[in-house]
Amino acid sequence: MNNLLVLPLLIPAFTAVILIFLKERVDLQRIISAVSVFLNILVAGIIVYQVSTKGIQTLYMGGWLPPYGIVFVADMFAALLVLVGAIVGAACLFFSFASIGEERERFYYYPFFHFLLTGVFGSFLTGDLFNLFVCFEVLLVASYALIVLGGSKGQLRETLKYVLVNVISSSLFVATLAYLYAATGTLNMAHLSMRVAEAGQGGVMNVIAVLLLIVFSIKAGLLLFFWLPDSYSAPPVAVRALFGALLTKVGLYAITRTFTLIFIQEPGLTHSLIAWMAGATMILGAIGALAYNDLGRIFNYNIIISVGFIAFGISVATQDSLNGVVFYLMHDMVAKALLFFLGGMIISASGTDRLKEMGGLIRRYPWTGWMFFVLTLALVGVPPLSGFAGKVMMVRSGFGQNHVALALIALASSFIVLYSLIKVFQQVFWGGEKREEQVKPLHYKAMMAPAAVLFAIVILMGVGAETVNGYVSQAGAVLADPALYINAVMKE
Amino acid sequence: MELVVALAIGVLFTVGVYLVLSKSLLRILLGTNLITHGVHLLLLTMSGLKTGAPPLLGEKAEAYVDPLPQALILTSIVISFGVTAFFIVLAYRTYRSTGTDDVEGTKEERQQ
Repeated sequence: MNNLLVLPLLIPAFTAVILIFLKERVDLQRIISAVSVFLNILVAGIIVYQVSTKGIQTLYMGGWLPPYGIVFVADMFAALLVLVGAIVGAACLFFSFASIGEERERFYYYPFFHFLLTGVFGSFLTGDLFNLFVCFEVLLVASYALIVLGGSKGQLRETLKYVLVNVISSSLFVATLAYLYAATGTLNMAHLSMRVAEAGQGGVMNVIAVLLLIVFSIKAGLLLFFWLPDSYSAPPVAVRALFGALLTKVGLYAITRTFTLIFIQEPGLTHSLIAWMAGATMILGAIGALAYNDLGRIFNYNIIISVGFIAFGISVATQDSLNGVVFYLMHDMVAKALLFFLGGMIISASGTDRLKEMGGLIRRYPWTGWMFFVLTLALVGVPPLSGFAGKVMMVRSGFGQNHVALALIALASSFIVLYSLIKVFQQVFWGGEKREEQVKPLHYKAMMAPAAVLFAIVILMGVGAETVNGYVSQAGAVLADPALYINAVMKE
Repeated sequence: MELVVALAIGVLFTVGVYLVLSKSLLRILLGTNLITHGVHLLLLTMSGLKTGAPPLLGEKAEAYVDPLPQALILTSIVISFGVTAFFIVLAYRTYRSTGTDDVEGTKEERQQ
């Protein structure tokens, strides 16, 4: 029992409720939000420390021992994602201060922001599938509101699609849970893992596994990403950064958890399905990243490529590749948020999001330019930066486990990432400025601060990869050996 | 009894999917509603219908009904209630700003 585990859920939830009552006091909202996100980071840091010294931490809600009642579980994987999520969330909050505008701030932007964080942290920490559904809904409802906030025609249209897709996938999720409960009589993840192992994973269980994979793939944008590029283009940049960094990762987390803990008996079916989906996602994402000429869409398709890449690591499912998955997930959360920050600065500096109308920004904004360049290298996976370690572990075990074709696709997708982002770099920062009027961003320094912090993390995660790897391999060990997780949850 | 409910769930799903595939926003909305109803009934049916007494200690019965699916349904109904409310408001706002509840109509807007 460790009551600390509920705090990542409670802090943002309480903050959000308090902020609702302070609608007109924008300054106060900002201060409380800032305090709250720092508390999040602090608590997440303590949880990571406790997990690293004392092993997997659990919290039985209301004292109901598993398999009854809801259990919260922080293994290293969940704890690390909560920590990185808290850091990225804080950076997005400070970026919002500079860029979101007072109208949105006065219309409940910050409460929705914190409710979104509540759902994200809850999804990472919960050890119960139905509770996972509830946390998904919390973050989805908050994300509906964040997309539509502002109410322009484009936003309304995209939100309609986004809500419809998610309502359908949530219905599918509940239906799957109904089947699962009928087949096993439990919804506790650790208990499910035992029951599925006892009963064998044939027939019905495979159907349930594939249904769950479909549900989570819609959330993660794995192959079923048809909704993602449009929907993620609608809201302002700070919200896009938050979505790109956190929402798809929650889906990937759920896939990882389900297919390393519960449905592990028939990798020939489930894991090779994930592998096919991963390959197709990387290829289709690469086509999209090459096809478009506006910044938003290129970045969105880059999200999709990295989702495919991480799913490739999940499908290989050796300890080495799972280490890679954890490492790369952490890197990708930070790097994608930073990518959208820099994109937002570029758009507000040049007054357009079309590549062809940009140019020559390096003279006015050398720091933004060079940060973008280094970030591109990090996303591609050039050694001293954060993307390298994760990619090398996944690709290495891909070749080792006879997933040669997939590993080659993964490597090729890295080149596409390089090409698409260097193309952006060239057209945005080189040459002369093409627009007559120069639009000066209002709060350049305030936007630069959170970007600089994330940039420092990208560098530190790369340079200190050995230290990070100590934590990551602890996470990978639990993913590779479900018995560790089950024993920690079911011991009492 | 289970069979009848299962058939009802099937009908709800079929009609719901049919409505979701139509062009009118209102029909889509009703379609998602029917699908969620189907899902809730499914959740109830999956644990078996009326297998014993209410799960209260004073009943002293041989068999009790499993209370968990009912707790799950309650949660799920509340969530779908909230999402539906939001969806209706969203659809209304879209109707007000585009002047049509035809989904194709909002698409043409974009090509201009």
